[in-house]
Amino acid sequence: MTPHHLLDIRGLKTWFKTDDGMVRAVDGVSLHIDRGETLAVVGESGCGKTVTARSVLRLIDMPPGRFEAGQIMWEGRDLIPLTNAEMDEIRAREISMVFQEPMTSLNPVYTVGEQIAESLRTHEHLSRKAALEGAVDMLRLVQIGNAERRINDYPHQFSGGQRQRVMIALALACKPKLLIADEPTTALDVTIQAQILELLEDMKQRLGMAIMLITHAMGVVAENAQRVAVMYAGQVVEEASVEDLFADPRHPYTQGLIRSIPRVDAGRAPGDARTRLAQIPGSVPSLLHPPTGCRFAERCAHTTEACRAAPPPLRSVAPNHNVACIL
Amino acid sequence: MASTTAPKPKPPLSPTREAWRRFRKHRLAVVGLIVLALLVLAIIAGPTLWPVAIDDIDFAAQLKPPSWAHPFGTDDLGQDLLSRLIHGGRISLAVGLSAMAVSASVGITIGAIAGMARGWVDTALMWVTDLFLSLPQLPLLLLIIYLFREKLKALLGAEGGVFVLIVIVIGGLRWMPVARLVRAQFLSLREKEFVEAARALGASKFRLVVNHILPNALGPVIVAGTIDVAAAIIAESTLSFLGLGFPPDIPTWGRVLFDAKDYLDIAPTWALFPGAAIFLAVLSINFVGDGLRDALDPRRVH
Amino acid sequence: MSAAYLLRRLLLALPALFGISIVLFTVLALAPGDPFGDLATNPNVPPEVRLALRAKFGLDDPVWQRYIHWLMAMLRGDWGFSFVSRVDVDRLILQRLPSTIAVIGAAQIVAILVAVPVGVLAATRPYSLFDQIANSLAFIGFSLPTFFTGLLLILIFSVNLGWLPFVYNTDLKETGLAWWGAQFRQSVMPVMVLGLFQGASLVRFVRSSVLDVIRLDYVTTARSKGIGERRVITRHVVRNAMIPVVTLVALQLPAVFSGAIVTEQIFRVPGIGSLLIASILANDTPVVMAVSFVFAALVILFNLIADIIYGWLDPRIAYR
Repeated sequence: MTPHHLLDIRGLKTWFKTDDGMVRAVDGVSLHIDRGETLAVVGESGCGKTVTARSVLRLIDMPPGRFEAGQIMWEGRDLIPLTNAEMDEIRAREISMVFQEPMTSLNPVYTVGEQIAESLRTHEHLSRKAALEGAVDMLRLVQIGNAERRINDYPHQFSGGQRQRVMIALALACKPKLLIADEPTTALDVTIQAQILELLEDMKQRLGMAIMLITHAMGVVAENAQRVAVMYAGQVVEEASVEDLFADPRHPYTQGLIRSIPRVDAGRAPGDARTRLAQIPGSVPSLLHPPTGCRFAERCAHTTEACRAAPPPLRSVAPNHNVACIL
Repeated sequence: MASTTAPKPKPPLSPTREAWRRFRKHRLAVVGLIVLALLVLAIIAGPTLWPVAIDDIDFAAQLKPPSWAHPFGTDDLGQDLLSRLIHGGRISLAVGLSAMAVSASVGITIGAIAGMARGWVDTALMWVTDLFLSLPQLPLLLLIIYLFREKLKALLGAEGGVFVLIVIVIGGLRWMPVARLVRAQFLSLREKEFVEAARALGASKFRLVVNHILPNALGPVIVAGTIDVAAAIIAESTLSFLGLGFPPDIPTWGRVLFDAKDYLDIAPTWALFPGAAIFLAVLSINFVGDGLRDALDPRRVH
Repeated sequence: MSAAYLLRRLLLALPALFGISIVLFTVLALAPGDPFGDLATNPNVPPEVRLALRAKFGLDDPVWQRYIHWLMAMLRGDWGFSFVSRVDVDRLILQRLPSTIAVIGAAQIVAILVAVPVGVLAATRPYSLFDQIANSLAFIGFSLPTFFTGLLLILIFSVNLGWLPFVYNTDLKETGLAWWGAQFRQSVMPVMVLGLFQGASLVRFVRSSVLDVIRLDYVTTARSKGIGERRVITRHVVRNAMIPVVTLVALQLPAVFSGAIVTEQIFRVPGIGSLLIASILANDTPVVMAVSFVFAALVILFNLIADIIYGWLDPRIAYR
């Protein structure tokens, strides 16, 4: 009897009703994360990773969006039937989120201290004074200097990297068990990126929490995660431990992703032909009218008739290594 | 084999048809368009279909409520209200359209110059625009009419003089939003690729403005122009209602209200009809303007 | 908000004041005939006084000198004498200004109290029945000219129902609570006419401002903190959405004054709006000029107040 995963998404389908039809942003995604581990969710823009993340915390506008199918099991309990008020108990307290754009993710009219304190007052019922002190502690934790003064500053008085640290402080204020980080470093300078990722790792060790790290950069995956799920066109196409994925990528899309990581040393050794940046030809299929068979079929070098006929199921090719491909 | 369940994508429509399609989705705008069309039709065809004189004084038929002989009733001199309102409608429409023409031309010119010239010309023009925006409209309108009414009456006759004065002043106080819009469009369109391309092909600045930039800038200007017609109608009615608009014998809708306001207890319909006329005209123009806004500028958060 | 910001806004208001005064003076100078010439035909003015007035107003001096002279007089409060009312113009205006400000102020409060909740509610339930009804009512509201609404209200509440008086009386005989009651009964119609008209256009703007703010990233962040949808809206969305609304209220004030002129006429409120009309009809030029100047100065004052409120509401502004 396997113990519950901390978070277990089963067959999630999040669709959006638009004027042009039903957009199937997430179309049958299954993922799980265990206590204290980092799962990287990787894929190109539009593959559904952000929608998946937001579905967990139900941060999706539900009139156009809806849960068409599936379950989101949190510690054995399905989150989908919960009301918004019940979800509020989970948000920030059990599961928390850090967003991609630090420049616009903080409310400009409240001080940083007030915004962090708001979480603490809501979930831990602290007084205003105690909450602000808690905010100071959080700022120190994320290594923002002069924390006592800085809690009275407004977001526009911080740099991009610092704002992301503030976001992290905000997200971790109530010591959640899972942090969802949606491309936390994409909008930041390269030098700051490493700092932020290190900070996340540090927090993870200290608080013993799990992280769902969403990214489109394979390099980030390699450095920071234990397990990886590769998404394409609204579905998971491969999931494995990081070592297994890089050692033995089975899905043609994953192989393409790994091949297209630019390598500084490519074509430099004497005798090497000048290499072009590898790319995956073609483009992502429409999520309005997805193809009946495998969604990667159009761009895959090894497509067969069977591929186009029916969607390939996720099957296990090795322990803890699943691939949605018939090859 | 491609999926057989996907429908063929529709061919893209031309910009005008696309705009019309979006406009049609706006039910209120379509209703407004119909009402407006009916009003204009009534005003234009009115005198032929209802050939009653506007100044037929008939003391026997004073202050009558609506009847077959006088569908809108009569005023205190027994004059037929329906024909008076039809005549007044022509004036209101003429004032509205002319004032809009004035504000649009002034606004487009100033906005275009400011947007193309940039530098200190732009700053100066924008300062003037802000200045005019701070001017209180009605007081200034009243002031200018007070000071210049006699002179223009002497020059152009009672009716013509007041018409020109009202149109110029109303239009002259409403060009600012148009100028701002046009300038903003110019500033953003200047740098777009198709303008660069035209410039590279040797188009003169004037050609650039007229052939390339202006057509793209027109969307918000059309919307503003529509709203301006409604605002001008209200401004003229307000002036007439205060007794300071057209000469007393000209039955603009505001003037009829001015005459009717002292007889509210005896003959309420005398006031209700012109008021309703103004209301319907302005309401339908506003609806149409709103529909145009969505049709011509879909980027806006609706 | 720093003192430097305040000072900057004050300094920027001065050129606007000069600009408007130049416009007013230009209009006066360009007017055909002698704007003070009517005093010549006024039988109450003896020729010596007329000559003295010409000298006093420097009507024979070069234009720029006359402008300075006039502006100084305006700023000093030396607004001349009204031959029609036989009082100093500044006393006349100060007497009547409070009624205008009271009606406009009450109307703005009504407008905001109606527009903000309705606009916020409509924006949080876009395209719902409530939203569509609110939208239609708003259109009807600002398409109805104030003079027509005023007449309609008089027709219903004064003529037919007899509940409310339609003439404003500054000299109410009642005392104590009865005074407040009478004051309310005579003010409610002009205030409602102005307030609902203002409210109607404000509703649409509040709605669109809230819709703009509600899709911003920091609102999602606020939601992710689990503080409850109601607090997300009231503490995060509304607070930010009100910032452009405040600016709009201030920018619309010139139009509110116009509306007040009409309302004062209909309901015979003795404010400076009805004073303007009366003095125009009586050819009382000094009063006309002074009232126009007061209107312009009020516009600038309220723009300044809006700037200050804006700087207080948005912490980013004061640092520019």
